[in-house]
Amino acid sequence: MKKLLKLGASALAITLAANAATAEGKLVIYNWFEYLPQELIDKFAAQENVEVTMDTFDSNEAMLASLKAGKMGTYDVAMPSDYMVDIMGDEGMLDTFDQEEMPNFSNIMDQWLNVSFDPGRNSSVPYQWGSTSFSVNRDAYKGDINTLAMIFNPPNEVKGKINVLDSQGEVLALGSMYLGIPQCSTDREELKALNNLMLEAKPHWASFGSDVAKDVLVSGDASVGMIWSGFGAKAREEGANIEYAFPKEGYVVWTDSIVLLKDAPNRANALKFMNFMLEPENAAALTNFAAYTAGVKGVEPFLSDTVANSPESNPPAEPIGELVMACPQEVQAVYDTIWTNLKK
Amino acid sequence: MAADLQPKASSSTSTYAGLGIPLILPAWAIIGFFLVLPVMMMLIYSFLTKEFRGGVIWEFSLAAYDQFFFDRGLFGDELPKIEWTYITIFWRSIWQAAAATLLCLVIGFPTAWFIATRTARNRSIWLFLVTIPYWVNLLIRTISMKFLIRDNGPMNELLMASGLISEPIHIINTNLAVQLGLFYSYLPFMVLPIYAAVERYNFALSEAAADLYASRTITLTQIILPTIKPGIIAGCILVFVPSLGAFLAPDLLGGAKNFMIGSLIEEQFKGAAGNWPFGAAASMILLSLVLLVLTLYARQQTREQG
Repeated sequence: MKKLLKLGASALAITLAANAATAEGKLVIYNWFEYLPQELIDKFAAQENVEVTMDTFDSNEAMLASLKAGKMGTYDVAMPSDYMVDIMGDEGMLDTFDQEEMPNFSNIMDQWLNVSFDPGRNSSVPYQWGSTSFSVNRDAYKGDINTLAMIFNPPNEVKGKINVLDSQGEVLALGSMYLGIPQCSTDREELKALNNLMLEAKPHWASFGSDVAKDVLVSGDASVGMIWSGFGAKAREEGANIEYAFPKEGYVVWTDSIVLLKDAPNRANALKFMNFMLEPENAAALTNFAAYTAGVKGVEPFLSDTVANSPESNPPAEPIGELVMACPQEVQAVYDTIWTNLKK
Repeated sequence: MAADLQPKASSSTSTYAGLGIPLILPAWAIIGFFLVLPVMMMLIYSFLTKEFRGGVIWEFSLAAYDQFFFDRGLFGDELPKIEWTYITIFWRSIWQAAAATLLCLVIGFPTAWFIATRTARNRSIWLFLVTIPYWVNLLIRTISMKFLIRDNGPMNELLMASGLISEPIHIINTNLAVQLGLFYSYLPFMVLPIYAAVERYNFALSEAAADLYASRTITLTQIILPTIKPGIIAGCILVFVPSLGAFLAPDLLGGAKNFMIGSLIEEQFKGAAGNWPFGAAASMILLSLVLLVLTLYARQQTREQG
């Protein structure tokens, strides 16, 4: 019994010591699902002696809703997309930092430095960027695929075999590009045209789905699938005979950032983590995992060939993609009505 | 208090008479905390003003209910007409749930009957078999169903290999797929209550009916069905109510092309709409509908018994 007590006491001592060792600090991350490899979490935890926890979300809006419902002050950093950084800034959810606090700040690529959603990068650093367009099964359709008509006025071969992302912002942005009208248009005729376009296109669509976007292309349930570039690359690597389109009317470009959240419980560790992810080797490890593109200089030597050369990540010079815009309240109300009309 | 604990008489009712309120407190606390409080919150939220992109402003507003019942056009400035959008969505959910309930009843009743008429030992084996799939998470089961019924899935390949069909049967992303999914999800909720009722059924009644020259149909409709009706109704309610709010099967098997009540409400909280008061109002309307149906049922039951 005495022995047992002794054993228990020493075990307790070890646990306490271990806790003391890890209790140097914590970091709580709020990220997209499947968007940060465990090896990078472990590397950061070991390097900075920090205990890392991560929760995940499946849409920008779901993340915003959760933060608004009382989770501010829980997380240190989050990974929203461009327009959502804008919204979070407007909502006063972001903290700012000085460039001196982040030694690797100069690694950010110039094109991702002065961005519209965070001019001068005071609250965010780039995480990954990519595009939203669609992939087409080349066994099902052999013609020219570089037009948004593949989704909104599809050829007979693919009618009824189209999956569309269940994402209001991206679908309506692509629809606006197809019609040649600006995003968040306030013009009534243009908004009516957008509404009609959606209603006319819907009968040709088989399903809406974001997390299934890759699966339906691999299985052949869909011949055309709206998809994010890296997800499309993964579908192709899993054996689907598909090609990713860069439509002539335009496509969506997005860039996810790591933002520093207001009331972050571990602000110092948050900055260390953002700095860590700007290290070319780490940014490359993330890119190799997620198959999108880093916004950091000097990643090339660390990239795997398949990711570096994937057609999905190497858009042509023309046309260039457009960021999804955060619409003002009165336009967003019309967008909501259009989306409800589409799915009623 | 100590005096209350003294047994005053041999009857158990008087033994526990004074303890009634303290004993019921935990139940009240649970109902209050997990039922009344959340529902009250929803009720209050549904009458508040929507904040842009989620959240509420603490000002009284009927906008959420107005949006549900009145159509003011794409830009919200036309004269109000009756809004059919949400009624359509509710109706779709109701008939989908009703169809799934009917499917469960048609398959579940004979199944329950079969099980209840086995020997006691075999009964428990059959019951165990019915519940086995439910040890697996609902999401996994729904996705497996999707793999099974897709155009080039095993079901179609088997049928085509056997020469029964030449073209795959297209089920995925149709209403039939949703009903199959709901049926598969909730079948045991139909089988188990009916089984419990049939098991208690006194088969001497059937024999007596037969002795009195009742046909099999008459025995079924006049003797058996009235006796086990409570089990059938309980099964129907247990299948219908969760089917009404289901969104896994409609999303994964139906292709999420049309809103169901569940996905409509989810969109208000987690989607781009970010309209919490409207989501709360839609939940309240759904809750009222369900309560109305249950109250009508309860009243009819008491009338029959009284």
